Amino acid sequence: MLRFIFTRLSLVVPTFIGITLLVFVLIRLIPGDPIETMAGERGIDPARHAQLLKEYGFDQPVLVQYGLYLSRLVHGDLGRSIVTHEPVISEFQTLFPATIELSVCAILFALCLGLPAGVIAAVRRNSIFDHGVMGISLTGYSMPIFWWGLLLILLFSVQLGWTPVSGRIAVQYYIEPVTGFLLIDALLAGDVGAFRSALSHLVLPMIVLGTVPLAVIARMTRSAMLEVLGEDYIRTARAKGLPRWRVIAIHALRNALIPVVTVIGLQVGVLFTGAILTETIFSWPGVGKWLIEAINRRDYPVLQGGTLLIGTIVMVVNLLVDVTYGLINPRIRYTR
Amino acid sequence: MSAEALETSDVVAQAGAPPHPLVQFWSDFRANFGAVAGLVVIVVLVLLALLADVVAPHSPVLTNNAAFLKPPFWQQGGSTAYPLGTDAIGRDILSRLIHGARLSLLIGIAVVTLSVVTGTVLGLVAGFFRGVTEVAIMRLMDITLTLPSLLLAIVIVAILGPGLMNAMLAVAIVLLPHYVRIARAAVISEVSKDYVIAAKVAGAGRLRLMFKEVLPNCTAPLIVQATLGISTAILDAAALGFLGLGAQPPLPEWGTMLADAREFVLRAWWVVTLPGLAILVTVLAFNLLGDGLRDALDPKLKR
Amino acid sequence: MNRSILLAAACASALVVASAASAKTLIFCSEGSPENFYPGVNTTGTSFDGNEPIYNRIVEFERGGTQVVPALAEKWTVSPDGTTYTFNLRKGVKWHSTSKSFKPTRDFNADDVMFSVERQWKEDNPYFKVTSPNHSYFGDMGMPKLLKSVEKVDDYTIKVTLNQPEAPFLADLAMPFAAIQSKEYADAMLKAGTPEKIDQDPIGTGPFYLVQYQKDAVIRYKAFPEFWGGKAKIDDLVYAITPDASVRWAKLQKGECDVMPYPNPADIDAIKKDPNVTILEQPGLNVGYLAFQTQKKPFDDVRVRKAISMAIDKKAIIDAVYLSTGIAAKNPIPPSMWSYNDSVKDDPFDPEAAKKLLAEAGFPNGLETDLWAMPVQRPYNPNAKRIAELMQADLAKIGVKAEIKSFEWGEYRKRMQAGEHQMGMLGWTGDNGDPDNFLHTLLGCASAQTASGSNIAKFCYKPFDDLVVKAKTVSDQAERTKLYEQAQVIFKEQAPWFTIAHAVQLKPIRKRVVDFKLSPFGRHNFYGVDVKD
Repeated sequence: MLRFIFTRLSLVVPTFIGITLLVFVLIRLIPGDPIETMAGERGIDPARHAQLLKEYGFDQPVLVQYGLYLSRLVHGDLGRSIVTHEPVISEFQTLFPATIELSVCAILFALCLGLPAGVIAAVRRNSIFDHGVMGISLTGYSMPIFWWGLLLILLFSVQLGWTPVSGRIAVQYYIEPVTGFLLIDALLAGDVGAFRSALSHLVLPMIVLGTVPLAVIARMTRSAMLEVLGEDYIRTARAKGLPRWRVIAIHALRNALIPVVTVIGLQVGVLFTGAILTETIFSWPGVGKWLIEAINRRDYPVLQGGTLLIGTIVMVVNLLVDVTYGLINPRIRYTR
Repeated sequence: MSAEALETSDVVAQAGAPPHPLVQFWSDFRANFGAVAGLVVIVVLVLLALLADVVAPHSPVLTNNAAFLKPPFWQQGGSTAYPLGTDAIGRDILSRLIHGARLSLLIGIAVVTLSVVTGTVLGLVAGFFRGVTEVAIMRLMDITLTLPSLLLAIVIVAILGPGLMNAMLAVAIVLLPHYVRIARAAVISEVSKDYVIAAKVAGAGRLRLMFKEVLPNCTAPLIVQATLGISTAILDAAALGFLGLGAQPPLPEWGTMLADAREFVLRAWWVVTLPGLAILVTVLAFNLLGDGLRDALDPKLKR
Repeated sequence: MNRSILLAAACASALVVASAASAKTLIFCSEGSPENFYPGVNTTGTSFDGNEPIYNRIVEFERGGTQVVPALAEKWTVSPDGTTYTFNLRKGVKWHSTSKSFKPTRDFNADDVMFSVERQWKEDNPYFKVTSPNHSYFGDMGMPKLLKSVEKVDDYTIKVTLNQPEAPFLADLAMPFAAIQSKEYADAMLKAGTPEKIDQDPIGTGPFYLVQYQKDAVIRYKAFPEFWGGKAKIDDLVYAITPDASVRWAKLQKGECDVMPYPNPADIDAIKKDPNVTILEQPGLNVGYLAFQTQKKPFDDVRVRKAISMAIDKKAIIDAVYLSTGIAAKNPIPPSMWSYNDSVKDDPFDPEAAKKLLAEAGFPNGLETDLWAMPVQRPYNPNAKRIAELMQADLAKIGVKAEIKSFEWGEYRKRMQAGEHQMGMLGWTGDNGDPDNFLHTLLGCASAQTASGSNIAKFCYKPFDDLVVKAKTVSDQAERTKLYEQAQVIFKEQAPWFTIAHAVQLKPIRKRVVDFKLSPFGRHNFYGVDVKD
């Protein structure tokens, strides 16, 4: 077991360095540069352009730049945004909680609906409910979420006027960021109105981002339950005369949860992809939108730092999932 | 979005003497209502795509300066000349959707072909040669998988410049790791089997082993993954189009149409709703088909 | 986000909530996040808007006009030769005192002016590179070449000497980049080792002070009670950052904001119908155009350029893309500018004649060309790609096959300046309201030669160039008008551009907003604005 963990851990460093190199090289390959982009139709004098490039260190060979970047990285310095001149890390810190809040709520939403739906579908196998759940979840899985978001806005915000169109909270509420998670901050401040406002802003993006995970969780739960329900110990439990729902809830579900949790863990990368689109549609002030903007403005340090941070987070989460999975289920010998 | 995550099936092996595999496959497949429905939709789409020039009432790029944003025929102000209405510069939406089917199918098939072929080769190489080659390939794939797929695709498009071909290439690269992993895993499990060892002993060359012996035996998971991959490819390319990085105007790609229509969300629902619906239906059809194929093909589930 | 602001905000927050009912709040749905709180290195209107409430300049533009009026300088004198400016500064001007990181101990004085100029000008100033060494506007306005010396005569007098007379110098100083920052604050932060703080947690002399900024979400300001011009009529000013134009409109409609910039052209009809909303309107100093690369085949032939110009349905472009946010353009300068020649006749939309002309020029079967479209929305062009699609469809009707091309924005302009295109769209927003800024800058020979000039038609036509060069040296405006009017006639004959449209500045505001004035520069200034309920 220890050996397994060590092998996984030993891969972290080379993967991390690989990410930095890949990201660095890819970004240098993008044509255009931030100074030209900021100049607009007025343009910029070539001499001053060259001087500014030098100022930012963009005139050195790529490998030298990479070396400098790595050495700063070791000291925890991700550089500063060329557009706002703020340190990348501090921008990330302000925007990341918004993304996390959205993602966590989306996952919770997906779990709350997906788990019961999957369990019931498995227990009532081949019933209308089962077919319905599977049909809906495959539809959810096939959903172009950028369109789904627009549809929901059209229906709930524009037609019915139930939810706000975009943003995180109505501007009249004024919540001091403590944790960065508005729902929690609003509660800490004891401001019920702000909490409700934040919640109403969160509903649609949460549903949009949660749609694909919901589909995946429902399907995964169902198939895991089906597998578990066929096992001997479940039959034994049933034979002992334990109540049917008790068997399902305690014995079967607990074991079926292992693969489900794994799938959720491995969905982190997918979730970021969804977050980029969701944040774009709902003007949600998170890292997804931030990175898209960085690409449009050729803001290298932001793009580099942001991608690196997200890559690292995905890597760490995947590692944790792998390791816990390995711990829970020693039969698993990961060969990948 | 990873198609791998869809790992479910409920077809149970049937007892009795095994009929011909193809017959068995067809009877399994036919029993799956969803899969058949998916297949029907896909056949219709393919027909529409092939016959787009004949079927579409208008040219997809012809603008009509007298008919901007006309609603569909059943709404007030609509006309049957433009059954599903017109877009912001007076092009027929129905015709654009029909021609868009061509693009989406092209994207799906081209992307998957590209990534399946490259991925399989890389996976076979990694599985056969092991050692440094394997580590290099698999590490690179791991790194690619660590970055959110859309972000990576966006960066690649930013490098190559926006456009349909580049978007397809970007999506193909993003999908690559899945095929490499499948192919490699299949190879590793096959290589230790008797028939491969026997072939090796009989003096078969490496290439021959790779392509003649092992490859045919990992086709089933690859076919399933490829079908599901088509839907992922269409979705991802549409997402790129939606962000303005995919197919460029005036190409009637559905995601690009959506991006172009976004500003009319408050005033002309049809320009926003219809292209998205087309994407959903197509992607759903391929997913249904892929699921059906998996259930019918997966040998593990049969035994 | 800056911790100290947040802390300050935290203390104030209970107060705000308690008094929310009685305080007058104005919400501006701004289109984006400011780059930072130092306008000297900013380049976007969005950033200037974010800084406008906080800072003052020594002179400013009057609200809603282009006239230069006193601000931190009460009065000034100019030497007869036009090279020496003496500014008498205002006394008793207070700095914002709400920041946690710094409490100002003295009023505004000449040291602050010296600091604010030298920070952008002298490379050895410790603040030159803080935040960014790229003082774009300071450079663009030619300050480094223009300034000979800036001296502090006494605590309330500043003397500026120029290398040569420059008529627009005062107007330059009224631009956002010339904002005055506190030297005392700068020194304290330098000592503390956090110099960049003065640009993140700003202290100014302006009518509002910054309370909270959350990137991509909100900027909050409160009226500064000790503002030298008197406390603002509104108490709270909030910028709700809303990048999507349709969403801005939805918010305005619901009363979630009071003023919105850049409405979506498609929404204008609906906005006009809303009884709670008024639209303020002002012609903009801009032009959007399609330039032909006149030094490359086939557009070196004026007949081809004319043919294309006649084949494109301009009215359809206005109807489909600009709607009521633009008017068709026939001249390269906007109609509100002096010397605009209204007697010039635009080329008619006539595909048949265009076809004939094309055949005459040796292309009876049409031709193939590229058609460049900007990847971004610009004030003078709301959707270049859509316009390109319309043009492409029109051109196809006379047998011209145009391929739409686009690049990343910086790259796009650079390649056009290098003349890589055959046809391409671009536009211009005027800096100072002088026709020279359009006709000579965009169409003169001088800017056609270099790869960094703004003449992307690469149009160098002697009779035209003679006129606009001559107009530069003449001081009599009546004579200049004549020269420019003639130049516009030649422009139309030679057709280096297909002129598309002049965008109109439209600003929907709720009726509760009182006395909001449109800035000809497109800026937003909320001092002097009131709200009634």
